Amino acid sequence: MASVGKIARRTFLIGAAAVAGGVAVGYYYYRKPFPNPLEAELGKGEATFNPYVKIGADNTITIVAPRAEMGQGISTTLAAMVAEELDVGLDRVMVEHGPASHAYYNAAILEEGGPFAFFDESMTAQAVRSGLGVVGKFLALQGTGGSASTRDGFDKMRQAGAAARQMLVAAAAQKLGVAAADLETADGSILHKASGKSLTYGAVAAAAAAMARPAEVRLKDRADWKLLGKPQKRIDMLAKLTGAPIFGIDVRLPEMVYGTVKMSPRFWSKPVKADLSKAEKMPGVIKIVPLETNYGHGFGIIANNTWAAFKAAEAIDAQWSDPEYPLSSAAISDVLKQALATKGSVMRDNGDVETAFADAPRESIIEADYAVPYLAHATMEPMNATAQFRDGALDIWCGNQAPTLVRQLCANAVGIEQDKINVHTTFMGGGFGRRVEMDYALCAALMAKETGGRPIKVTWTREEDMRHDAYRPAAIGKFQARLGDDGMPIAVDMKMASPSVIAGTLRRLFPSVSPLGPDKTIVDGAYDQPYTIPNYRVRGIAAPVSIPVGSWRSVGSSVNGFFHEGFMDEIAVAGKIDPVEMRKRLMAAYPSAVKVVEKVAAMAKWGEALPAGKAKGMAFTLSFGSWVGEIVQVADTPAGIRIEKVWIAADVGTALDPGIIEAQLISAAIYGLSAAMGQEITFADGMVEQSNFHDFDAMRIFQCPVFEVAILENFHKMGGVGEIGTPPAAPALANAIFALTGKRIRTLPLSKTVAFA
Amino acid sequence: MAVDDNKGYPMRLTVDGQSFDIDADPDMPLLWALRDLIGKTGPKFGCGIAACGACTVHVDGQPVRSCSLPVGQVSGAVTTIEGIGTAGGLHPVQQAWLEEQVAQCGYCQAGQIMSAVALLDEVADPSDADIDNAMGGNLCRCGTYPKIRSAIKKAAALKTAGL
Repeated sequence: MASVGKIARRTFLIGAAAVAGGVAVGYYYYRKPFPNPLEAELGKGEATFNPYVKIGADNTITIVAPRAEMGQGISTTLAAMVAEELDVGLDRVMVEHGPASHAYYNAAILEEGGPFAFFDESMTAQAVRSGLGVVGKFLALQGTGGSASTRDGFDKMRQAGAAARQMLVAAAAQKLGVAAADLETADGSILHKASGKSLTYGAVAAAAAAMARPAEVRLKDRADWKLLGKPQKRIDMLAKLTGAPIFGIDVRLPEMVYGTVKMSPRFWSKPVKADLSKAEKMPGVIKIVPLETNYGHGFGIIANNTWAAFKAAEAIDAQWSDPEYPLSSAAISDVLKQALATKGSVMRDNGDVETAFADAPRESIIEADYAVPYLAHATMEPMNATAQFRDGALDIWCGNQAPTLVRQLCANAVGIEQDKINVHTTFMGGGFGRRVEMDYALCAALMAKETGGRPIKVTWTREEDMRHDAYRPAAIGKFQARLGDDGMPIAVDMKMASPSVIAGTLRRLFPSVSPLGPDKTIVDGAYDQPYTIPNYRVRGIAAPVSIPVGSWRSVGSSVNGFFHEGFMDEIAVAGKIDPVEMRKRLMAAYPSAVKVVEKVAAMAKWGEALPAGKAKGMAFTLSFGSWVGEIVQVADTPAGIRIEKVWIAADVGTALDPGIIEAQLISAAIYGLSAAMGQEITFADGMVEQSNFHDFDAMRIFQCPVFEVAILENFHKMGGVGEIGTPPAAPALANAIFALTGKRIRTLPLSKTVAFA
Repeated sequence: MAVDDNKGYPMRLTVDGQSFDIDADPDMPLLWALRDLIGKTGPKFGCGIAACGACTVHVDGQPVRSCSLPVGQVSGAVTTIEGIGTAGGLHPVQQAWLEEQVAQCGYCQAGQIMSAVALLDEVADPSDADIDNAMGGNLCRCGTYPKIRSAIKKAAALKTAGL
C-alpha cells in the first residue's frame, strides 16, 4: 500500500510528534528497563517481583493494573492476565491502579499510529509499527486510550505473572529441598504432591523476590486458561453498587476546602475586565484566584463547600477578549468548506481516480456531501481533582487517562520537580477520551498553592464541563463514486476536512512540539477500510479552527464511520445491489470482514420481509484492530422513529473476557446512537451554546433497543474493544431510516430531520 | 488562612437512620449538604438541574433529586445508597445488580439503584412500561440500560421470593 520512499516524504503527524519527544533520550535509554516503582512503597512483609506483582508474608497478593478504569472493565481483564499465569483466582487478589510511572508505558497506543491500515501486513507496515512501539517506550507515556490496553498488556502482564510464579516455585523448591519440577501451584499455594507438603506464596515471597528473574518465562497454552477467555466477575462491581468512595469527586481529606472554576467561555481568551467583589463577599467564600493554564484563562474559587463555590462563580462579573476563531457555527462551517476546497493529503490512492472520473458518463456518477457536528464527551462525573501542596510537594487525586502526563504538566505549572508530585489515580465516572486532558488537574494544582497547605477539592459544574471540553471536531466530507455496468463501484473519491485532533492535543499537552504533516485521525475510518475498489482515493485536510478538539470515543472513526458507510449504502442503492451482498463482494480479499458481515446478517435475518413500518440498515467499520458489523432495526411509531433492535458482530481476534467485551460493544453502540440521534455542540458569539443534559442529552432507558451480540475470533491479531462499537452505530441507524422513510440524511444529528420516539 | 463561617442556619437531618446537626444555607441543595457537610458521598453530582438522576436519594421513601431540593425544605428521613445495604448485606436490588454485572463506570448506579428500589416498593412486579416510566430520569452514559432492565426484573423475583 505504501513504499518506504512515500513514508519518508510524508512525515505523518503522530510519528513526527513522537519522534520529537524521543530523540532526546536516545537508544540507550530505550534499552534500559525502567525501575520497579513498587519497591519504593512496599508495606511491612511485602515483596515485589516486578511492577505488576506484590505479595505479602500474610499471602495477600496485590496485582497492579496500571490503566484508567473508566467503566470499560480494564482493571478486571488486566488483573486476570497476571492472575492466570500466577495461578490464583481473581477473588484471591487485591487490584490496585498503582503509582504514576514510566514503567507502565503503553507501547500499543502508538503502534497503529502509522499510515497503514490494520490489515496491511507488508514489511514496511510491520517495520513502522514496531518502530512506533519503540517510540511508545521512548515517550514512556502511561496512558489509556486507542483501545490499546489489552493489546499492550497481553504479553507483558502474563509474563509478569508467570515470572513471579516461577520465582515462587524456585524458592519453595529450595526451602523444601525438592526439585522445582515436582511442585504444582494452585490458588496461591505451592504443593509437593509426593510428600503432601505445601507452602503459601506468602511464606516464600521474600526469598523468591530476591532471586534472579528467570531467563526464560513459559506462558500457558490457551487450552489451559482458567480465567482468560471466560467472563469474570468485575473486581470493581461491589464498590460501585454500595456507594463506596471510589471516584475522584469522593475524595475527602482532613482540613479540606472546596472549590470550582470559572474559565473563559471563549477558548483561549483572557479577562479584559473582571469584578470579583460581589463573589468575594458571598458567604462561605475564602478566596478567588486567577488561573492561567495551557487550556486558557479564568478564575478559581476557594470556599468552605462546593455549593458556596458554585454560587460565587456565578456571581463573578467578567468580560473576555475576542476569540481567535470564528464566532458562530455558520462561520466555522465556512472555514471547513474552504479547507475542503483545497487539495489535501492523500492517505489512500489506489488506481487512477482522476482518469476514472474524467471519462465517466454522468449517469454513472453519484455524489454526496456529509457533515457532523462538534460533540462533548459529557462523562457522568463532571471534571474534578483534589490537590494538596505542602513542604514543596504536591499530592493530586483524580481520575485521569495519563498519570505520567498529570505529573509532568502539574510539575511545570506549579514549578517543582516531577519527583515532588504524587499522582493518585482514582476510578473515573466515564472517560471516553475526556480524561486524557489535564485541565481539571492543572486547575486543582494551581489552586492548591493558595490554601496555606490545606487540601482542596475542585469540582466543575456541569455547565463548566459542557462548555470547556476538548470536543470531537466537526467535520465535512465530499464523496463521489462511479458505478460500473453491474452496479458495483469502480471508483470512489473521498475528501474530508476537520480541525486536527493531534494538533489540538499537542497545543494543550506538549506546547513545545510543533505539529508537522497531515493528521491521520482526519481520515481514520475511511482510508483504512477493507474494501477493494480499483480506483479508491481518500484525502484529508486540517481546517484551521482552534476551538479545542480531542479524542472522543473512536476519534476519527466516529466521523468517518458515518461518512464512509452512509456513502457505501448510497452506492448500493444506486447500483441496485443489496448492501450486505455488496459489502461481501467488495471485502472478498479480507475473510474476517466477510465473516463478520455474514454473521451479523444471519443474526438479524437480513433479507427476510419485515412488517410495514419497520426497516433495517447496516454498516461496517474496522477500527482499533477489530472488525465490526452492526444492523439497526427501526420502526415508525406515532411518537416518532423508535430504534427497536441492534445486532452486533465483532471479530476481536482473541476475546479475553466475553462478558466485558459484550458490555463494551453495547455501551459503545449506545454512545454512538446517542450522538447520532440528537447531540451537537454549536457556537454563538464564540461560546458554546449547550450547557447541560437538557440541551445535550443522551439515549434514555425508554429509547434503548434490544441488543444481540456475537463475538468472533477469526483474525490472527488481537484487536481493541472499548471504542469499536461506536463507528458503525450512526451509519447503521441512518441507513435504516433511509430504508424506512426514503430520506437520505447526510448531516448529524438526525433529529434535525426526523423525530425520535 | 482566614476561614469564614457559612453564615448558615443550624438544622438537624436524619440520614440513613442517623441524626446530623449541621449549619447550612437553607438554599443549599440536599446533595451538597450530604456530600460536603455530612460526608455521604454515595449520592453523586451529575447535573445540578434534576436532569440526570445521579443524585437520587429517598425522603420518607420517595425518590427525590437531591441536587435540586433545598436542604431547608427537607423535613423527612433521608435514605442514601449507603443506607439500603452494605457489602456484607446487600439489598435485593443491589444483589440483582451484582448478579447481572450491571455497572461499568458505576457513577450513575447509586441513583439508578435508588430509583429502582423506589419503583419496586411501589410496584412489586413492574412491566417494561413501568420501568421506562420510573427510570427515564436516570441517565447512564455507559449504556447499561439493558442490564438495568434485566436486573430490575431479577430484583422483583428476589424480593417476591423473600431473599
